[in-house]
Order: sequence, then structure tokens, then C-alpha cells
Amino acid sequence: MLEYMTILIIKTLVAFAVSLLIVAYSTWIERKVLGHVQLRHGPRRVGFHGLLQPIADGVKGFFKEELIPDNADKPLFLLAPIISIAAAVTLIVVVPFGGKVHLFGREISLYLTDLDVSVLLVLGISTLGAYGGILGGWSSGNKYGVIGGLRGTAMMISYELSMALAVIAVIMVSGSMSLVDIVNSQAGMWNIVKQPFAFILFLICGLAEINRTPFDMPEAEAELACGFNVEYSAMKFALFFMAEYCHMFVFAALVTTLFLGGWHGPIVDGPHWFFLKSFLIIFFCVWERSTFPRLRYDQIMAFGWKIMLPFGLLNILLTGLWLLVF
Amino acid sequence: MADNNKDYILNISDRRPTGKYITPILKGLGYTLKNFFSKPITIKYPTERREVRDRWRGLHRLKVDDQGKLKCVACGLCAKICPPKAITIVPYEEPGGTRYPKEFVIDELRCIFCGFCQEACPKDAIELTKVYDFVDYQRKDFIFDIEKLKTPEKFIFNGK
Repeated sequence: MLEYMTILIIKTLVAFAVSLLIVAYSTWIERKVLGHVQLRHGPRRVGFHGLLQPIADGVKGFFKEELIPDNADKPLFLLAPIISIAAAVTLIVVVPFGGKVHLFGREISLYLTDLDVSVLLVLGISTLGAYGGILGGWSSGNKYGVIGGLRGTAMMISYELSMALAVIAVIMVSGSMSLVDIVNSQAGMWNIVKQPFAFILFLICGLAEINRTPFDMPEAEAELACGFNVEYSAMKFALFFMAEYCHMFVFAALVTTLFLGGWHGPIVDGPHWFFLKSFLIIFFCVWERSTFPRLRYDQIMAFGWKIMLPFGLLNILLTGLWLLVF
Repeated sequence: MADNNKDYILNISDRRPTGKYITPILKGLGYTLKNFFSKPITIKYPTERREVRDRWRGLHRLKVDDQGKLKCVACGLCAKICPPKAITIVPYEEPGGTRYPKEFVIDELRCIFCGFCQEACPKDAIELTKVYDFVDYQRKDFIFDIEKLKTPEKFIFNGK
């Protein structure tokens, strides 16, 4: 029992440290890639090619002044970033980084838990993160905050549906709701080959879910002056920021797990494939951000309900027929 | 009557997206990826800097002759022509008749870098150098006296 607990605690610490390091450095990747796409250099003053920039930003966040507006609802205002980051970080629990490895004569699995319903957990908790946004916007007593929070929530709920439909198709093909089982079922052939439409659906809805650029409704710098986090400063703002990037990492991990075969890959299976694929998805997120302008709100809702939802239902239907026939 | 106003009413069907979507999206992604792999056009400024033109009008320099003495004879023409009146000269005349400035102060915050002082100078004693990025913390640091004006290169920003 003690041994089990020790292993679990060490695994938890390592998993969270690695994940949060990736989260921190995805901000660096974002700034660097955006810079190079715009023919700039990006950060390069702090450390070698700006590699210490995330740490400098973190230190700055700790030492800046925390402001709470007078007409803010103080308890909710303080709670909102916590909900946001907690919901994002909790998702790391079910991310399968790798399979089982033998270390020091023991068999250690490179994931924290293998729930039977981890897919449901991911979908549920990632939606819970939307509460952080809307409560933050609402409690800050700012019209832009309210509008941003409301828009973001409406959008996340709509796209959550299509995202779930895309995931259902994957569950049908894999025959399990456990992420580890889904990865294991892709050992021969990745789900992206079996479910290309679900992949596209999941990718688009996922971008909406993590509020990235074509769908960055809650933030919408130009219209809403940064939206739901407009009144937040210092570390509370940094928590929202971290939650966003943590969601991005979890999204990349989910795409890797559900469609790209997780830790499976040519030559040697292992977590390196997982991290490589996740990195490519993170790169894609930044790449598409640098390419697309923000859609209008009604366009986004129309796209979500009139195109993505029927498309997802149709995909499930076709998958069912395909499974029935073959 | 209502038909006359029809053009001005925002019809929801006019706002419906039309046209192609998939190919432009892929084209855009290709364009940004091409940019990502091409060389940035910006420079790493404090360490790397663009060459300015020879006629660039930057920080002033008071020239010295072979003996290390100022060429300036404190005639006051530069102070006279200076549009924002940024130059203050206190002349001094030696018994032998040699004039030189006891004080030569340029307020670099007032200066508009027009270069008239250089043009007006009969002795070719003042010139505008290519130094353009001199920074400091206080206003009084921008009031340049003779010693500072002799070595404008010392004030090039080095990133610290």
C-alpha cells in the first residue's frame, strides 16, 4: 500500500510538473511561432532565444498589483480564476502519456488513472471550465466582461455538443470510453484513418472549446476589450491565461489520444510519440491562430448548429451503418 | 414607400456567408506556413542596427582640431539661427584675441535636428552625427555641455 501510494504521488508530481512546464512553454511557442509567421523574431531578450520568457512572465505576475474593482462581486470574482484553472488542470489526470513501462523492477503505467468513463470526465470537466469565464465576466461588474462571458458560454455549450458527437463516433469504433483502451485499440491503425470526418469535427469544435482564434468570442480583443478577463490583473489574470493554455495542451493530448494513436508510433512506442504529436497539434493551434480572422458571433452560432451538429449526427449514423455491415 | 427604404434595412439574408471557404482557408494556411519558414525581416535592434544615411541628422558633435582644441570660436551664429533656441553659448576672449566658448550647451530635448547650426557654422566646428538612440532617465541628462558634445558616440544605446 505504501509503495503504491509513493508511486502514485511521484507519478502525480511528475505528470503535473511536466504538463505545467509544457503549458508554460506553449506560451513561448505561441509567441515565437506568431512572431515568425509575421516575419518577426518573437521574444529573444530573456535567455537563449527568449527561452526564460515564461518564467519571467510568471515572476512578473506574482509581483504585480492585484486590483479588485469596486462594483465587483468579490467572492465570485476571486473564485472564477480558481474554477477556471482547477477545471483545466484536473483534466491532466486522465491524459495517457504512455503505456506501461518497467522501472526499478516494477511495472509503472505512464498515466495517472484509467477511468472507465474518462472520455465523459474530460467532456464534463472541460465544460465546467466555462463557469470560470462567465462567473469572472459577470462578477467583475463590467459590461464587456458580461458580454464576453455570456458569448463564450453560449459558444462553448453549442460546440461541446458537436465535439461530443465526434467523440461518440470514436467510441463506437474503439468500443470503449477509457482513453487508455482507445489508444490501445489504435495500435494497428490510427483513428484518423477510420474516422477522418470525426477528426475534422473534433479539431474545429476543440478550437471553439479552447477559445482559439476563429472562435475567440469570450475575448474578442477588438470588440470587447479582452472580454471576460478585462478587470483581472496580476496573478488572477495569469491563472485565466494558464487555464487557457492548459486547455490547449489537454486538447492537443485528446486529439493525439483519440485520433493520432496516442503513444503508438513507428519503431518504438512510448511517451515521446505522445509528446511529439501533442506538440504538432499545439503548433497547429498557433498556426491557425495566425491565419484566420475572428468570425462574427452569429456566423459562429450558425456554423455550430447548422453545419457541425448535423454533420456530427450524420457521421455517427454512417459509422453505425459501417459497423453493422462490416 | 417601404420599398424606397429597402436598401437601408439590414436584411439578415444579406449577411449570410457566400462564396468559397475551403480553398481560401488552405491557401491562407499555406501562406502563413511559408512565412513561418522564411527569414524575419525585422532586426535584433540593440545588437544589430540598420545603417542610416550619410546625411542623417543625429546627436551633435563639437569638432576639435589637431591639437585637441575646439574649432568653435563662439561667434554665436548657430545659437542665432537655431529655430527652437536650443543652443546657449557663453563666449570667452583671451587677451591675444582668440575666442572660444566657455560654455556651449545644447538642450537635446528642445533641438529639432534641422541641421541649421551645421550649415551656419563658418568654422565647420559643429556637425550632426548618426547617433539617434540616446536615452537617459532625467531631463537634465539631455542638456549636453562641451564635454558630452565632444563624444556623442558614447551615448549610443547598448541595450542596458
